Amino acid sequence: MKYVDEFRDPAKARALIGEINVQVARIETCKSRPLAIMEVCGGHTHAIFKYGIEQMLPDAVELVHGPGCPVCVLPMGRVDDCVALAETPGVIFTTFGDAMRVPGSKKSLMQAKADGADIRMVYSPLDALAIARSNPDKEVIFFGLGFETTMPSTALTILQAEAEGIRNFSLFCNHITIIPTMEAICSSPDLKLDGFLGPGHVSMVIGEAPYRFIAERYKRPLVISGFEPLDVLHSIAMVLKQIAEGRAEIENQYSRIVPKNGNEQAQAAISRVFELREFFEWRGLGSIDHSGVRIRDAYAHYDAERKFAVPALKIADPAACQCGDVLKGLLKPQDCKVFGRACTPETPLGALMVSSEGACAAYYQYGDLDREPVGEDA
Amino acid sequence: MCLGIPGQIVEIRDTVRQLGLVDVAGVRREVNLACVVGDDHRIADCIGDWVLVHVGFAMSRIDEEEARATLKILEDIGEVQESLAAMRAGDEAMQTNGTGGAS
Amino acid sequence: MSEALDKRTSPAPRPRGKLNVPKVTLAHGGGGKAMRDLVDDVFVRAFDNPLLATLEDQARFRLADLSAQGDRLAMTTDSYVVDPLFFPGGDIGKLAVCGTVNDLAVGGAVPLYLSCSVIIEEGIEVETLRRIARSMAEAAAEANVMIVTGDTKVVHHGQCDKIFINTSGVGVIREGIDLGAGNARPGDIVLVNGVLGDHGATILKSRGDLALDAAIESDCAPLGDLISTLLAAAPGTRFIRDATRGGVASVLNEIAIASDAGIEIDETATPIREEVKGVCEILGLDPMYLANEGKIVCIVPEDQSANALAALRAHPYGREACAIGRVTGQRRGRVVMNTVLGGKRIVDMLVGEQLPRIC
Repeated sequence: MKYVDEFRDPAKARALIGEINVQVARIETCKSRPLAIMEVCGGHTHAIFKYGIEQMLPDAVELVHGPGCPVCVLPMGRVDDCVALAETPGVIFTTFGDAMRVPGSKKSLMQAKADGADIRMVYSPLDALAIARSNPDKEVIFFGLGFETTMPSTALTILQAEAEGIRNFSLFCNHITIIPTMEAICSSPDLKLDGFLGPGHVSMVIGEAPYRFIAERYKRPLVISGFEPLDVLHSIAMVLKQIAEGRAEIENQYSRIVPKNGNEQAQAAISRVFELREFFEWRGLGSIDHSGVRIRDAYAHYDAERKFAVPALKIADPAACQCGDVLKGLLKPQDCKVFGRACTPETPLGALMVSSEGACAAYYQYGDLDREPVGEDA
Repeated sequence: MCLGIPGQIVEIRDTVRQLGLVDVAGVRREVNLACVVGDDHRIADCIGDWVLVHVGFAMSRIDEEEARATLKILEDIGEVQESLAAMRAGDEAMQTNGTGGAS
Repeated sequence: MSEALDKRTSPAPRPRGKLNVPKVTLAHGGGGKAMRDLVDDVFVRAFDNPLLATLEDQARFRLADLSAQGDRLAMTTDSYVVDPLFFPGGDIGKLAVCGTVNDLAVGGAVPLYLSCSVIIEEGIEVETLRRIARSMAEAAAEANVMIVTGDTKVVHHGQCDKIFINTSGVGVIREGIDLGAGNARPGDIVLVNGVLGDHGATILKSRGDLALDAAIESDCAPLGDLISTLLAAAPGTRFIRDATRGGVASVLNEIAIASDAGIEIDETATPIREEVKGVCEILGLDPMYLANEGKIVCIVPEDQSANALAALRAHPYGREACAIGRVTGQRRGRVVMNTVLGGKRIVDMLVGEQLPRIC
């Protein structure tokens, strides 16, 4: 597959491991403690586990799995809201696949579907709009979640609905923004991170500039990374090179897809349809200012929160749940008291075990191999 | 939210709704082209473009130059590593052959 | 086909019923003339064999004929509820025959006889049933089995999804064949008979709601003959299983646990069609967990693996057969994949259903 296979070449992977080792040798700090690099984005977490990248790295480099998994950070109260919407008579509730298994306080969307709610999995919000077109007597709600990567698609779908005068369609908006999250991570006193892998597809929309504060104020390097394994290894090497050279800059490893200034049309659609919420709740992380968006008044008729009644309750995680600490990178999945015991993919307590890029699910599914150093001719 | 895959636009389906047909390894799907269409790049110009597809939308045109440049960087790293490995092998050979001294 | 038919002369068979209505109603399940018409004109007519033609409540087989073919009877059952009913490469009928035939064949049995029970939703078109029955007959003919008994029920609208089919099957295992999931030993080779994931990917794209278009077809096929060929060439074969729901990954996990062995597979060796890769990349799925309906995983001793491969490749259903890995003594009970990148990762049991990812 073009633009994919070339970035999975094992020979180049070995060369990149060599380069990583070269950079590690130049960094004084590595002699006393491992360096901690956070990959923010769930897609990177998935790639790291899927290709066994962590075991290929030298012990001096540790990857910390960040909270960039929109399914993982969905608060239980919002899941309950989804279930309430889905169980409203006359509603067809449409959602991305991986959101269906997240447990609410009573049930997940998957369980609500088994109980008879009309819940349909879609690949694209446009497919949800198509369902609205062909079911004029029903109300179709689309469960919109995701960072800035997915905001344009939801925004453009609403604009399309407006253009066609479709009125039986609305969005339950759970989009979150990456920058306040990263700000919260950087300013957290518990976290000692040396660098970041920046979310490649979020950056495709927002560009490089929004991350500058990380380099300027917090003096940490951030490399915007693609998702193929060579991209991830290359970006790790670039972060290490910056550290070795005493630099803290925003670099773009994913330049074949990420334009410096992001995507103008996408940004325009987002600002037309959405505005920042004052604060938004993140599962495990609590409330973060300006970290969510809602639909502007001009498009209120597409806002499921205004069209329908939702319980809108704040539900605390189960007491045993340590998702918050894992999301912040303070705890590794296998160190959580309930990992693999009460909390498994079959009986998930928290969202990190449910979503396939949650660090816990990824670790449970792919991980626990003994770390084997990869030589030049592995 | 990250799952995106490169694909090639092979057909324009609807100029008003800005929909095109993208081909990913022989699998085809209709995608929205609003993010890759502009004043300098009309919808008809999109045919043949390689784009990043995410949830039914073409989100970015793949810059073939940049792709090549990135691969070139990786190749260069590969060459450097090969030279380093060769040097190391050479050093080791010298040690074992007892031609010691300052190496 | 063995002469298992009871040779006592039976009275001349009663006249066959005829079905002249376009749709099935509850009356067709009522046990009366309408049901007779349906059974005769749709199923008996399509399956058409002497055992079925007696129209007794049961099919009867001479034990002596069965024990001439082997020393054990194998029996299996499966229900088929696939949606959509028809898809590129097959339909629910073909699946219902091949699936059960294969469940017998992978145990080393020669599949002989099938039963066919259907639960039909009222309102289904008779023509749909005829298509399905014809397809079952064709598959049975290719698999060299007879459908010898059956049952028909009709339920209210909404009580089942169009049609559910159950097939049970019996076959005979020849003396000396002893395949088992617990037989794998370190050093054994893991073989598959061709590309993986075609059926699962076809069903996904045929459901329509994902709006994907690709030239892929289900690999649904009866594998009795392929497996006989394999066993003749590699009589030391340890175990064979068809990789249906849960895909190859699930079968490998079952073997690793049953044999208390480790299994190592090489990602570069797993054969997957480009289009199936494309579907998986778009949806964020792993092809190792996609269903197959014409693919088997075989564990063969190393010294017989070359013969096994040659035999598979010489057969129409095994042209792209290849080795994908080996059984080891490390990480017992687990399946590990050597990734294309050179790293390693666990290939775990599937939990729940594989859902398309957005991230």
